[in-house]
Amino acid sequence: MARIAGVDLPREKRVVVALTYIFGIGSSTAARILVTTGISPDTRVRDLTEEETAKLRETIERNYKVEGDLQREVQMNIKRLIDIGSYRGLRHRRGLPVRGQRTRTNARTRKGPKKTVGVRRKKT
Amino acid sequence: MGRSTKKGPYVDDALMRKITALNAKNDKRVIKTWARASTIVPEMVGHTVAVHDGRRHVPIYISEEMIGHKLGEFAPTRLFRGHGAHTERSTSLK
Repeated sequence: MARIAGVDLPREKRVVVALTYIFGIGSSTAARILVTTGISPDTRVRDLTEEETAKLRETIERNYKVEGDLQREVQMNIKRLIDIGSYRGLRHRRGLPVRGQRTRTNARTRKGPKKTVGVRRKKT
Repeated sequence: MGRSTKKGPYVDDALMRKITALNAKNDKRVIKTWARASTIVPEMVGHTVAVHDGRRHVPIYISEEMIGHKLGEFAPTRLFRGHGAHTERSTSLK
């Protein structure tokens, strides 16, 4: 069982792929880690030796910000934008796209499922 | 694409002149500006800059964390009052 950076243990997969299960490690970072540690990217996670897992764990711990720490950093960055009252912070607060995308249509990732709003007429 | 590092950040000349003048006198006064595209530089920290939003000048107190952002980011140009219904809220200007 390979447990790296907290709670991640995908077995049966090639290490390059398995490493990407860690938040903060994508395919290129995973490949780079394997080059520096000298582990073949094609070995399966279950075939990793004790030392190899230890080596992986150490390089990741030492050189990369992953999982909780990274998530916290991202949250802090967003919080900063909100606190300084910037336009981007405002978009985060409203749950709307931040980088100038259109909102007339689409933007469903940020806005969530469609909510139809009816016309509310003036009270007389 | 970002701006060339060779040029450095864009800072509005007129605004910068006023800031340095105020800094030299150790003075704090509200400066009106239309330079929304101007980057906020460390010299501006502590000043209050009134940034034009198309209608009026919105006073913005510059804090340290705002360095590197543009002035316009802090003075929204749009006012969304919700869809439908001509209620008092939607028709009255702020």
